[in-house]
Amino acid sequence: MGSFFHRHRGLTPWVLLLPGIAWLAVFFVVPLGYLGYQSLQSGTFPRYQFDWAFVNYTEAISDNQEQLIRSFVYAGIATAAALAISYPLAYWIAFRTGRWKNVFLVLVIAPFFVTYLIRTIAWQTILSDEGPVVDLLKTIGLVAEDGRLLATTLAVVAGITYNFLPFMVLPIYVSLEQVDRRLIEAAGDLYASPVRSFLRITLPMSLPGVFAGTLLTFIPASGDFINAELLGGPNQQMIGNVIQSKFLALVDYPAAAALSFVLMAIILVMVAAYARVVGAEKLTR
Amino acid sequence: MTVNITRRQLIQRGAAGITILSLPGLLAACGGGGGGGGGTSETLRFANWQLYIDIDEKTKKSPTLEQFTAETGIKVDYFEEINSNDEYFGKIQGPLSKGQGIDREIIVLTDNSRYPGLMVDEGWLEKLDKDKIPNFSNLIDAQLSPSFDPEREYSMPWQSGMTGIAYNEKLTSTPITSMEQLLEDSALKGKVTLLSEMADTIGSVMKLNGDDPTSVTDEAFEAALERVRKAVDSGQIRQFTGNEYTGPLSKGDLIAAMAWSGDIVQLQADNAALKWGLPESGGMIWTDNMLIPLGGDIGKASEFMNFVYDPVIAAQIAAYVNYVTPVKGAKEELAKSDPETAENPLIFPDDETLAKVSGFDAQALNNQDYIEQWQQLLGA
Repeated sequence: MGSFFHRHRGLTPWVLLLPGIAWLAVFFVVPLGYLGYQSLQSGTFPRYQFDWAFVNYTEAISDNQEQLIRSFVYAGIATAAALAISYPLAYWIAFRTGRWKNVFLVLVIAPFFVTYLIRTIAWQTILSDEGPVVDLLKTIGLVAEDGRLLATTLAVVAGITYNFLPFMVLPIYVSLEQVDRRLIEAAGDLYASPVRSFLRITLPMSLPGVFAGTLLTFIPASGDFINAELLGGPNQQMIGNVIQSKFLALVDYPAAAALSFVLMAIILVMVAAYARVVGAEKLTR
Repeated sequence: MTVNITRRQLIQRGAAGITILSLPGLLAACGGGGGGGGGTSETLRFANWQLYIDIDEKTKKSPTLEQFTAETGIKVDYFEEINSNDEYFGKIQGPLSKGQGIDREIIVLTDNSRYPGLMVDEGWLEKLDKDKIPNFSNLIDAQLSPSFDPEREYSMPWQSGMTGIAYNEKLTSTPITSMEQLLEDSALKGKVTLLSEMADTIGSVMKLNGDDPTSVTDEAFEAALERVRKAVDSGQIRQFTGNEYTGPLSKGDLIAAMAWSGDIVQLQADNAALKWGLPESGGMIWTDNMLIPLGGDIGKASEFMNFVYDPVIAAQIAAYVNYVTPVKGAKEELAKSDPETAENPLIFPDDETLAKVSGFDAQALNNQDYIEQWQQLLGA
């Protein structure tokens, strides 16, 4: 073996890639291909026929605009909120916690020791009408006397923000951690104010983390259905709920598959546009 | 819908706790048919809902299943893998539609979902061997002829439950006894949930409108749908749920909810303020049916069905699961050992109660157009 790789040095990277490629081929490309095939079928369950039914796609868009738009709005707000919470948190952990750093990182990841579903069900209790959070918000007048949080947009967006927070904190932390402290010292030596050295050095150098964090949050958040299901009402259902209902309740597999592709396509377009605006090539060098 | 992870499983424990408990079940279910117990000639593979058979708290085994094995020599592989009709059907339809078996002798699906009827129509079920089921005569008359299987050629009821109204006595000065109150009484605004099963909610509202849910017309369906829609649009209805209503109802987030009888038996044990009753205009009844999927061993399955239709065994199961048993004589048997449970009208409803409940039209359950409109109303 050893001499084989000596003689064919160029092969090594491909051999190393093989497990990953095989995994993706079997568990991603093949199912995705089948989903694409299914999305162009027509008929009624269980006799769906493949016949290039592109109408599934136009219907998927025209019938579900409300939930599509809502999903991206919710995901956008949740991403912005997660960024607003995560950046200061990651900054503080990276620069101010000293030897306690690892403890705080573990605390950030701690919720992941509990499954997603349970964490969201716990929020039902936290936001409960008779619970302390609603009580407090009523006292300070942020929630009307007969108001509530559960089964509202706020609860769903808050749930999404919470559930994806670590995906935002960790990449930002990593990029902040890599900032060379000597650069900041040098900026100080050259009479840059702390604000100025943050804006000119720290922030630009942490942008790759922000970029990765926003994507890791926004993409799964747009397809999420658990939060809308458990914390929302009929007016908060997202596109993930629609896909689920089409797959399971309506057993309309072609419509569900087409809608899944529409969601994927929209996300790809948005990510591409975002990458262009933020200049991903420069960031991820 | 949903994470309709739950249906029966919330029974007996708190919402969060049981979800943890059910995760292994979910995972097992995700494992699909392949993980089955091998299916030797001596094994019966039985897929059922969570917490839906008698369990001895000490041995964690089911006395009923052990007695069956002792009596017949047939071992039972019991899979608590059904969490919702939709999800389970989604898992088994792949092999069935290719004419393959699913490594199960018996599965249990609800007749207020579309699937039992659909499976009969598609030829995905094996016929029962009635010669091996002399106890068939113990099936109560009300269950003899369901619309999805009028001759009971393919199915035998496991348990039934009733759909009615539950409310928290402490939070309301007037008892909540009608669907009209649920949908239109502004005192309950935002403190009411309806069930996400079309048959339960639309059926009950049809009864309120004076229509007959056992034979659904387009006009009657539309009228009921519109009435629910109005309540949703006005903000009266907080959510549509599977049995996730149990947590908020116990906590006091809800004043009233459409609720299943078996759940309430358990909730009342912890919270005496919870009341349950059929709506004044009448409620719904649904039945979980034992079915033999394609490729299941008919002989063994029939033998098992016969066994659980022995009143003694039926009483043993009913005492544990708290749903309505379809077996004649079970009440009398239970009265000997547990007279209190035998007198519970939610487990053994009297004739007056049974006269107020009906099932839902099997044709309407499979009407794609109805389902689509209903799902849209649910927001999805």
